Amino acid sequence: MRALTFAQRNRKEILRDPMTLLFGMILPLLMLWLFSMMAENMPFDLFTLDQLAPAIIVFSFSFITLFSGMLIGRDKSSSFLMRIFASPMTATDYLIGYAVPLLPVAVLQIAACYGTAVLLGMPVTVDAILGCAVVLVISLLYIGFGLFFGTFFTDRQVGAMFAIFVNITTWLSGTWFELDMIGGTFEKVAYLLPFAHAVDASRAAFAGDYAVIAAPMLWVAAYTMVIFGIAVWGFKKKMRG
Amino acid sequence: MDIKIKELTKTFEDRVAVDHLSLTIGQGEFFALLGENGAGKTTTIKLLSCLMEPTSGDAVMLGNSIVKEPQAVKKKLNISPQETAVARNLSVKENLEFIAKIYGSDKKEAEQKATELMDKFGLADRSKAKGRTLSGGLERRLSIAMALISGPEIIFLDEPTVGLDVRARLDLWEILRGLKGQITIILTTHYLEEVEALADRIGIMHKGRLHALGTLDELREQTGQAKLQDIFLQLTAEEES
Repeated sequence: MRALTFAQRNRKEILRDPMTLLFGMILPLLMLWLFSMMAENMPFDLFTLDQLAPAIIVFSFSFITLFSGMLIGRDKSSSFLMRIFASPMTATDYLIGYAVPLLPVAVLQIAACYGTAVLLGMPVTVDAILGCAVVLVISLLYIGFGLFFGTFFTDRQVGAMFAIFVNITTWLSGTWFELDMIGGTFEKVAYLLPFAHAVDASRAAFAGDYAVIAAPMLWVAAYTMVIFGIAVWGFKKKMRG
Repeated sequence: MDIKIKELTKTFEDRVAVDHLSLTIGQGEFFALLGENGAGKTTTIKLLSCLMEPTSGDAVMLGNSIVKEPQAVKKKLNISPQETAVARNLSVKENLEFIAKIYGSDKKEAEQKATELMDKFGLADRSKAKGRTLSGGLERRLSIAMALISGPEIIFLDEPTVGLDVRARLDLWEILRGLKGQITIILTTHYLEEVEALADRIGIMHKGRLHALGTLDELREQTGQAKLQDIFLQLTAEEES
């Protein structure tokens, strides 16, 4: 009950911020439209909608990291977190309260990106159902990063960290170019991080290529658990002062 | 039942923030805790409100130990932090209802309590205004109303009038006077005239230790000074010499 009350508050805080709409929704859609236009003049098929749309959906989750990290960071700097730490809420209540309202935001992002991709000419297939389910699971990774950043950094630091994070998640994910075009250490490093695996899994799921989803999703799941684990540990530590 | 603080100590890596603090605060008393910056006031409040675990010692808050029964203690108290700690995208009414709910009120009760407190604190005509749009004075009032909506037996007020103009400060003093005797109030402030106007007893902390304790008259007698400012300067200067 307390966790849900807290989740309602956090949902209102996030959705009432116009930056959420601007960055979380409009920017990914704009990029989807621009890159799909570019695809018409490209010699390779990276920017075709079946490749681009799943990757852009995953990219849009980066903003979930920003929203959650900034919210927790602001709650810390405004002492709002101090006020609610003094209440009888538990660490689990806090983390559920911060994480749960971001799932509907992820659902909205998936629906907006997929809907736009369909309008731009992406064929509607049954595989999209699995695709949406897979990317929703992937969103947990980005929610976990948001909790992690918010727990350990201030709101100002989260803003700076996000600039680095969004670059890492796009450059090292294979969203804008094939990683094997560069190869070598760059590709190896990219595949040691979860972002390229997340994009691979999302593309495979939307394409109905079930056989290759499991391996990248294992990477994503492992990273998600580790990031959540560190965030929970850090949060509990902060609660004890 | 009183607040009994027994040898409460908090040590950080390189310093002792609170050093064997022992005192008793009576139920319903308006107690002011004074000290220079870094004297240990905020750490003491954090310890007593279970936001921090003591290194040693204990405090029994109206029958419950902060070390052994922190959840029971948290149900009895509430705080108004220095940085108002108001949810910026929630309305005045939503802020109040949110705090009531996380302390266990259902929707109807939370609405009723919010209405009562908005009337009492002169916030009724701004019930729909978002936290971020409030003036400093209204934000402070809301912060204290949020601390009172859970029906606490103990309330901690950390610099409740900092940054307010004279009229807003006097208005808030009237509200605080109205609370005297009903609940135990522990106030920290740098405004000594506030202490003279409101407090039943005064504790002066210096370098983590309680340096003086008593009513204003008792402190006057102890130091031979008439003004609280001179009493404060004398008591905190002795340590330095």
